Amino acid sequence: MLVFIIRRSLQSVVVLFAMSLLVFVGVYAIGNPIDILINPQADQIDRERAIAALGLDKPLWSQYLTFLTGALSGNLGRSFVHSTPALGLILERMPATMELALTAMLFAIVLGIPLGLWAGLKPNGIAGRMIMTGSILGFSLPTFWVGLMLIMVFSVELGWLPSNGRGPTVLLFGLVPVSFLSVEGWRHLLMPATNLALFNVALLIRLTRSGAHEALLQDYVKFARAKGLTNARIIGVHVLRNILIPVVTVIGLQFGALIAFAIVTESVFAWPGMGKLLIDSIGVLDRPVIVAYLLVIVTIFIVINLIVDVLYSALDPRVRLTELKG
Amino acid sequence: MSVPLLAVDGLCTHFFTKAGVVKAVDGVSFTVARGEVLGLVGESGSGKSMTGYSIMGLVDPPGRIVSGVVELNGRDLSALSAEDMRQLRGNRIAMIFQDPMMTLNPVLRIDVQMVETIRAHQRVGRAAALERSRAALVQVGIPSPDERLQAYPHQFSGGMRQRVAIAIALLNNPDLIIADEPTTALDVTIQGQILFEMQKLTRETGAAMIWITHDLSVVAGLADRVCVMYAGRIVEEGTTFDVLTHPWHPYTQGLLDSVPARGARGTRLSQIPGMTPSVQDLPPGCAFRERCGYATDECTVNPAMRDRGVDGRGVRCFHPLRAGTAA
Amino acid sequence: MTAKVTVTATAIRVETPLRRIVSDFCGNPVAVVGLVLLGVILLLALFAPWLSPQNPYDLAQLDVMDSRLAPGSKSPSGGTFWLGTDDQGRDMLSAILYGLRISLGVGIAATVLALVIGLATGLPAAYLGGRTETLVMRIVDIQLSFPAILIALILIAVLGQGTGKVIAALVTVQWAYYARTVRGAALVERRKEYIEAAHCLALAPARIVFRHLLPNCLPPMIVVATVQVAAAITLEATLSFLGLGLPITEPSLGLLIANGYQYLLSGKYWISFFPGIALLLTIVSINLVADQLRDVLNPRLQR
Repeated sequence: MLVFIIRRSLQSVVVLFAMSLLVFVGVYAIGNPIDILINPQADQIDRERAIAALGLDKPLWSQYLTFLTGALSGNLGRSFVHSTPALGLILERMPATMELALTAMLFAIVLGIPLGLWAGLKPNGIAGRMIMTGSILGFSLPTFWVGLMLIMVFSVELGWLPSNGRGPTVLLFGLVPVSFLSVEGWRHLLMPATNLALFNVALLIRLTRSGAHEALLQDYVKFARAKGLTNARIIGVHVLRNILIPVVTVIGLQFGALIAFAIVTESVFAWPGMGKLLIDSIGVLDRPVIVAYLLVIVTIFIVINLIVDVLYSALDPRVRLTELKG
Repeated sequence: MSVPLLAVDGLCTHFFTKAGVVKAVDGVSFTVARGEVLGLVGESGSGKSMTGYSIMGLVDPPGRIVSGVVELNGRDLSALSAEDMRQLRGNRIAMIFQDPMMTLNPVLRIDVQMVETIRAHQRVGRAAALERSRAALVQVGIPSPDERLQAYPHQFSGGMRQRVAIAIALLNNPDLIIADEPTTALDVTIQGQILFEMQKLTRETGAAMIWITHDLSVVAGLADRVCVMYAGRIVEEGTTFDVLTHPWHPYTQGLLDSVPARGARGTRLSQIPGMTPSVQDLPPGCAFRERCGYATDECTVNPAMRDRGVDGRGVRCFHPLRAGTAA
Repeated sequence: MTAKVTVTATAIRVETPLRRIVSDFCGNPVAVVGLVLLGVILLLALFAPWLSPQNPYDLAQLDVMDSRLAPGSKSPSGGTFWLGTDDQGRDMLSAILYGLRISLGVGIAATVLALVIGLATGLPAAYLGGRTETLVMRIVDIQLSFPAILIALILIAVLGQGTGKVIAALVTVQWAYYARTVRGAALVERRKEYIEAAHCLALAPARIVFRHLLPNCLPPMIVVATVQVAAAITLEATLSFLGLGLPITEPSLGLLIANGYQYLLSGKYWISFFPGIALLLTIVSINLVADQLRDVLNPRLQR
């Protein structure tokens, strides 16, 4: 177990290293680094001084080394727009995104798994068919448009919920600002979280359904019935334990996707998270922030993947961690 | 004659598919006495497994038992509620399946899968149930049972898994065990061990058994009586010795002839001409007539089971292969 | 159990595979509705210039006086704006029909290109194995572990905007799905006897790959491609909505929706609402068809 985690961490470092190289090539080599890294309002003397200071007159490999040393010490450049360290800017926005993504995932789990189980156990019933058709709708609805429609109905027409922002935040553990500890915060959180959850509700419904469907055809379910177990036990233990393996894996992996897709939801609801910051930064070509966002999100993904693998082995006795290939 | 342990009478299990009605089991009748081993023999698709599932009440849609009576100890099972039927399964009637690799739940430990079987039927504490599980593992010859209880199915070999499945079936001392080709998926040597084990266990516990198989040689050393199934019907029945040495039905004869025998080396193995008919669009009359060398016009009418005598010998044929009993 | 197998076996013998697929497909009325709807949408998009009441991008036909009219309003020239008008007095119905054309065009173009690239990398990877396979599949794995939207956004951020660049981003996002699917299918097919037979006949590798292996890998590819067309259209719409997709000269549905965003809060819902409905119907119909295709073409479900 420990060996596995250490090996994976080493691999993660390699992936991060490769990503930093890609990002560097993408942003520093393809684009014009002088335009990218130096404030366009600077005059000629300032420009030349900056070029020398940033080492842009040196060869590319040496520039990369400079970038890498900076990145290792947490210095990913300063935002042009905000004039603060880019990494700090991202980390400051991270709690908002995490809160949104976690709430959305919670919604998805609470709705998706029971509905999917129902549809899988009674595939030919009216409810089952409706759930499945509904899940296709959930897949098909473009997230941003659903967001607009939610705003149209609940903010504009009914006036029940605010259409943008996080509302007042409360410090959790005296550190992390969160919305979910106040009623007003929940009113702000409800629509964006629902919006973000929608796709994953549909995904979990379909995953749980097909898992249940497949499990019901297995001999071990027939054997469990032949043993005279109650339906509750067959479904709650025999079927669910087998479905949980893919479901937990997907929930883990989807969590990363949720953070990425929060970009769209945050833009629609003006939710002050990292995604909104990314879009704003792309809009004004604030490249240090873009680079910082990418490296942060790659790190998040690597951590999530590691957690998922550990969970996977805990749920499925057939999997030994040492056998997993990185 | 006393009430048999199991009496199946006129059992019909049909599947209502898009392509039409499939008569998987079509009027099957037989009895099993206490402690008796009955061999149910037939090719794949002959409805022998479905007969087992029908007795267990485990027929899934689009299949349905359309008619017939299944009585256990004189009690009509079709009259039972779903809950009463569940109480019966795994308790009075147990079933073992063909593929031991598939029948145990891969993500649950053996002890969980055993204890739940006991606790589904009796109010027993966990510790007591665990002790009984351990004893059952010993009974089926599994070494170091304490360790094995903690293991997951994938840590067992195929033969060992089948032993675990048998142990699970025995947990509640059932009156009847339905064994659906439990040795087919195993190596021949393991197959022999399991057969021996089952024979011993039924004798020890006094449980009756229905052994479903396509393999006549398995039945020969195991069963007291044999029913031969073809296309959803029993075509011949009798004591194992009678049926195997003096088959009456041409189909049984054909089956016996296609078993390779010692000393027959170099001679062409006989085979039954044609192929197993689809039970979906079965022609009226004897289902075997298109492959039968003895068929006449008479065979377009479905023959009734005849001559159920004292020894339970019977055949469903107008031209049985025996001297002096022509219809 | 066993009895049912025999039944299907005889059933297949009577029917051709195509006829079976068609009849299986029609077994689900919802999927048939989806197929019909998709057909109508494709026709509408194809014949948009002849069906639209006006050419929404011919400035001579627009009148600022008509701007932001509610659905059903009469235009001064006598026509009716069934779906209202936008801020420039453009008929929304016409704008949607033209937008469909662009959205579908971009989506299909990206899918076809990605399919070709995916096949060209996935098939050799599966067939050749070894280092080629490791290399291709590593890239695929790494790429697929990141959400499509993220990769697309990065590419747009690096490449800049424009129709060609959006298509390039969509292709980059999608080729990996095809590569993985075709490799999976090809690995299964490669072990089958007919490929062995082809080897024994000493056929050229290219012939084995394209004439024998490829056709048998197609069913899953068709399903994935159908799903991916919908995904490409959604992704393009999302990028356009975020202001990072198609340029204003190519107003896809996503761009129309983004246009109406600012008027939504003042109750002028139709500028965003109707393009969204058009987008939704397109994606739903594609997904309904894909869903049924998946069931029909899945050999595991043919019991």
